[in-house]
Amino acid sequence: MSAVRRPQCVVIGAGPAGLGAALAAREAGLGDVMLLERDFELGGILPQCIHDGFGSIVFDQVLTGPQYAQRFIDRVEAAGIEVKLNTMVLEMRGDRRITAVNPRDGVFELEPASIVLAMGCRERTRHQVMIPGYRPAGVICAGAAQRDINIEGLMPGRRVVILGSGDIGLIMARRFTLEGAEVEGVYEIMDHPGGLTRNVVQCLHDYDIPLHLSHTVTFIHGRKRVEAVTVTRVDENLKPIKGTERRVPCDALVLSVGLIPENELSKQAGVELDPLTAGPVVDERMHTSVDGIFACGNVVCVFDLVDWVTQTAERAGRSAAEYVLEGGRRKRRPPVRVTAGRNVKFVVPQLLREFDREIELFFRVEHPERAARTRVLVDGEELYSRKAKMVRPPEMVKAGADPGGARRELENITVEVVTEEEEA
Amino acid sequence: MKKTHNYTCINCPLSCSLELTEEDGEVLEVRGADCKVGQKYAVEEFRNPRRTVSTTVRVQGGVLPLLPVVSAAPIPKALVREAVRTLAAVTVEAPVADGQVIYPDILGTGVDIIASRRLEAGVSG
Ligand SMILES: Cc1cc2nc3c(=O)[nH]c(=O)nc-3n(C[C@H](O)[C@H](O)[C@H](O)COP(=O)(O)OP(=O)(O)OC[C@H]3O[C@@H](n4cnc5c(N)ncnc54)[C@H](O)[C@@H]3O)c2cc1C
Ligand code: SF4
Repeated sequence: MSAVRRPQCVVIGAGPAGLGAALAAREAGLGDVMLLERDFELGGILPQCIHDGFGSIVFDQVLTGPQYAQRFIDRVEAAGIEVKLNTMVLEMRGDRRITAVNPRDGVFELEPASIVLAMGCRERTRHQVMIPGYRPAGVICAGAAQRDINIEGLMPGRRVVILGSGDIGLIMARRFTLEGAEVEGVYEIMDHPGGLTRNVVQCLHDYDIPLHLSHTVTFIHGRKRVEAVTVTRVDENLKPIKGTERRVPCDALVLSVGLIPENELSKQAGVELDPLTAGPVVDERMHTSVDGIFACGNVVCVFDLVDWVTQTAERAGRSAAEYVLEGGRRKRRPPVRVTAGRNVKFVVPQLLREFDREIELFFRVEHPERAARTRVLVDGEELYSRKAKMVRPPEMVKAGADPGGARRELENITVEVVTEEEEA
Repeated sequence: MKKTHNYTCINCPLSCSLELTEEDGEVLEVRGADCKVGQKYAVEEFRNPRRTVSTTVRVQGGVLPLLPVVSAAPIPKALVREAVRTLAAVTVEAPVADGQVIYPDILGTGVDIIASRRLEAGVSG
């Protein structure tokens, strides 16, 4: 067996996060960057997201998913980054030893000086939402349906019920309709839609597809193939209300019930995970708890916008390069935990180790609020303030803070949302 | 005759419910908008609503059986379904370049349908 290779940086996963991180590491001075992807081509989930709505921040232009990916793929190819496709990473250890497999090299090992995790997320399944009934064909996750229709050219159903009103479910309601299927309705357990208003309007209203809020699927009928589902109204505690059941005939139930960061490898390597985001705890450099292992994109937390995935990727790639070029010798300072203040559910990054450059802070609110102001306080001093007419849990908010030229020591950093009323 | 039309503004998370009143096609007023963007949006949605169309066309001799395509600019909303139906009958040969025109001037709108990725020649499946 040949000697174990020691690239300067290995990036795991080649979606927008991995592509952006590999490019940033290369541009920050690493000559030996390797990108590993289990699929047969680059782009991650984007090649199947054929609708437009990507890139308004990064490119100031509205692109489709494939177009957004293509821009990064072209740059990665031009940058001379070593790409290994059809390559699945099987194992990762805390000392950064990676075991991977592909048809050409068989099983092989790598000992990179740094790693960037960019494995994205996977879909929550029926099992995780627990709908009783048999296990017939025709129950499918929205992302899998998206792949069937847009990549493989297969139609998973002709009369479809969609459970969950997240963006992927809404996008698929339109896609099924345009491909000639009948979408009976979209059912959402919460009393508000899970996706962006833009998608509610352009995917449902435009096609007269009903959205049933405060409803869920309580039974799946059919042994071999889905024949119908029972939909039921829920009360304010999300408990089904007896007597409101309705049987809806259909041949497919599409689940759009959320995404979970894909962190099996992170767990193996002992990377600390945040229970709120289900992704690695990272600092301002996207450095995880394990020395030399960085993370970006949806593996860290489910970002709504691909543009923000790209921003975290650039930071992770640059930081990995910096780490390697310093010989991994820089002492890691004890972190300050970023406090999630009033009406803030969680903040990424969770930690701030060195406040020596401008930082980006991504967060979700706990509940909707009008006339809100986001602010970032560092030891009581307001370093960031921005007003918004409205904040809502499905829409992630971005804030930032700038130390102002030099390194700044600090004891506390808090992100919070305040309202005009409260300030008055 | 006076008529009202309801829209939801998509331009910020506030999602204002807009009510546009018109008489014989002439806009009289827009209510419910919290800012000017919503005013303008309601008038656009009434007068000339447009949407970007994206779908797939079949590919022969490509690494994948389908090619994603998109309209180079938004087209009238009323033509979206027909545009998708028209494109369902199209087959192209691989390789395809990113941005290549796949169907010029769709339904006389003056807007081209273009490839939204590069697709190499090869065997699909
Ligand atoms: C099904 C689905 C549909 C989506 N649709 C939309 C949408 O319509 N609009 C939108 O704005 N956002 C959508 N998103 C969100 C979208 O995922 C993000 O915007 C963005 O693609 C995340 O980028 P990423 O690079 O972090 O992850 P991904 O794009 O998921 O890329 C992760 C990559 O890592 C690879 N990988 C994972 N594990 C391994 C391993 N062990 N070894 C090797 N490679 C590995 C995967 O194959 C994949 O290519 C969707 C997400 C999902 C899951
Ligand atoms: S009208 Fe203005 S405030 Fe209301 S949703 Fe539209 S952009 Fe936002």
